[in-house]
Amino acid sequence: MKHGMKYIDDFRDPATAKALVEKIRRDAGDAPVRLMEVCGTHTVAIARGGIRPLLSGAVSMLSGPGCPVCVTPDGYIDAAIALGTERGVLLASFGDMLRVPGKSSSLEKEKGTGLEVRVVYSPLDAVTLAAATPDREVVFLGVGFETTAPAIGGAIKTASVRGVGNFSVLSSVRTIPEAMGVLAADPEVRIEGFLCPAHVSVVIGTDAYRPVAQRYGIPCVVAGFEPLDILLGISMLLRQKNEGVARVENEYSRVATATGNRKAQELIRDVFVPCDTGWRGIGVIPGSGLRIADRYASFDAEKKYGVPVVFAQEKTACRCGDVLKGKILPVDCPLFGKACVPEEPYGPCMVSSEGSCAAYYKYGAL
Amino acid sequence: MHDRILLSHGEGGKRTRDLIAKVIARYFDNPVLSPFLDAGLLGRIEGEIAFTTDGYVVTPPFFPGGDIGRLAVCGTVNDLAVCGAKAVAMSCGLILEEGLPLDTLERALAGMRDAAKEAGVTIACGDTKVVERGKGDGIFITTAGIGVSVDGWRPAPPEIRPGDRILITGTMGDHQVAVLIARQNLAIEAPVLSDVAPLSGLLLPLLPRFAGKVRFMRDPTRGGVGVTLNEMASAANARFLLDEARLPVRESVRGVCEILGFDPLYLANEGKAVLIVAGDAADAIVAALREHPYGRDAEVIGEVAPGAAGVRMRTLAGGVRAVDYPVGDQLPRIC
Repeated sequence: MKHGMKYIDDFRDPATAKALVEKIRRDAGDAPVRLMEVCGTHTVAIARGGIRPLLSGAVSMLSGPGCPVCVTPDGYIDAAIALGTERGVLLASFGDMLRVPGKSSSLEKEKGTGLEVRVVYSPLDAVTLAAATPDREVVFLGVGFETTAPAIGGAIKTASVRGVGNFSVLSSVRTIPEAMGVLAADPEVRIEGFLCPAHVSVVIGTDAYRPVAQRYGIPCVVAGFEPLDILLGISMLLRQKNEGVARVENEYSRVATATGNRKAQELIRDVFVPCDTGWRGIGVIPGSGLRIADRYASFDAEKKYGVPVVFAQEKTACRCGDVLKGKILPVDCPLFGKACVPEEPYGPCMVSSEGSCAAYYKYGAL
Repeated sequence: MHDRILLSHGEGGKRTRDLIAKVIARYFDNPVLSPFLDAGLLGRIEGEIAFTTDGYVVTPPFFPGGDIGRLAVCGTVNDLAVCGAKAVAMSCGLILEEGLPLDTLERALAGMRDAAKEAGVTIACGDTKVVERGKGDGIFITTAGIGVSVDGWRPAPPEIRPGDRILITGTMGDHQVAVLIARQNLAIEAPVLSDVAPLSGLLLPLLPRFAGKVRFMRDPTRGGVGVTLNEMASAANARFLLDEARLPVRESVRGVCEILGFDPLYLANEGKAVLIVAGDAADAIVAALREHPYGRDAEVIGEVAPGAAGVRMRTLAGGVRAVDYPVGDQLPRIC
């Protein structure tokens, strides 16, 4: 452990951070450069590191759609509640999902009136739960990106091999590069560089962003989640911009590779097939979802119980959609910090610990 | 004696008497309690009195570095100590679940006895109730404590001013991480001990020695240093600026936090205090704290700054960010 922490400390060194901040300020032009951190973990790391104010005037860091809880549509929550209240299943979920608002309620509120929800730390825990309660139907709320997809796929395969027939998954798994393509093509967003996620890239490989870089001419840098990773990644994006190139570079080369984790990719391909899916606040993005493949249909809760996830664009004062697209900052939403606070969230970006609004609210006040 | 707690142990009859005489009396033996009257007769107490109460529901009741009994005594002693009072007497209310192994109760009582001896506090009265199986969780302990204030010292949040320093008596998060690891559902092993300890011997001698220099003390239990400092900043209407680089956290605790995504600032401590002291005395007070076994890792972690009330932190990256109250996802029942 000791050596491991020393290794982490190297990525938090204050003197190096100061030098990088100065370099970024020199390399940025007169108008702030518009960069987007795609991933919610980056959003939190930037807020916790106090990095945004350090770069103000030189770089605007826009927060992207990479918080799985935030982009899960309310129809998904409604379907989960229906599974519990109408079909009597035992729900197993990551803790972050509990306070996400559906159309009229949340899992947390329903739990107070009798809905059974167990918080688990991994999808496999839900399989264990199902095996231990053979007289109950257990549905895992499978929400996540390419990082979580192999674990969900692994849980489904484990249940299949072990014959745990009372286990199934309500899948809301999404893929990041497709969403980046939509944002890159949006003229209102005007992204000049993508800070690409660390963990997702470990699975899918850094080559996965090449279509975005080539097609839209937007520099992409995969960066780790430590403060120096982020500052170095930003600096690499500025260098590409100043050189007039747009390619995929890898700051996180200590873990992520060009081709990614092939075993995890095979697992995803085995269990899931790409599908169109709705993103809260953004809309339906073709090919950006992963549904459970037909050969595992008995583990697909939507099919098993005939409770479909219906996607409809919400029309409310909440501007999570514009926040997720980087069109506005959380503080520009009229509800931020007033009708929408972490204790009583209105929009999903305020719910998740990785949500942009929650990160701004928690760490932003100066 | 049975090897498990039965409902009849709480009904006031012979079994209750047996439990008191054959078990509890073996651990708590002092002239105030031993007559087993309806109240402990403390006699005349000189000085200003402080009074506190608390309940202990930690699960599991035994964890590396401590147990629910030691926790109950230390929590009571420390609540008094940070208010400048030396604990003299405390009560012990036991709420036991039917079926609790007697051995579990005895281990908890031994933890209370040893901690009370260390802190020099008399367990002066007690009560035992038994609830039906399924209506409790093994063992709960409630306490009340009486302390005598150090002459002339009172918590003085209004005295806090820019230039004062913020001190912590040691590393953050040890207790909560030790309890989390002791739970079976987290498949993590790390050599972390709870810091649960009575702080009266560490804190109270500072008050006369550095007269007029210690403004305010709190023990950062539930919610950790982050929540405690926010409460202190509100009480003092002051702005606290922490220095991330100086926050003491054990390597093993940091490792667990990195894996599970916890922030040590919000993890509970049971043997630490946060102090606001005059700037010109801060270094001498830290040196004094470090002379004591429970204060070896004491540090200056920040300062009181001019500006609006609240807590801010200078980060390792060189930025400044807010340190706010956490919402929700606190793990339950760590004390």
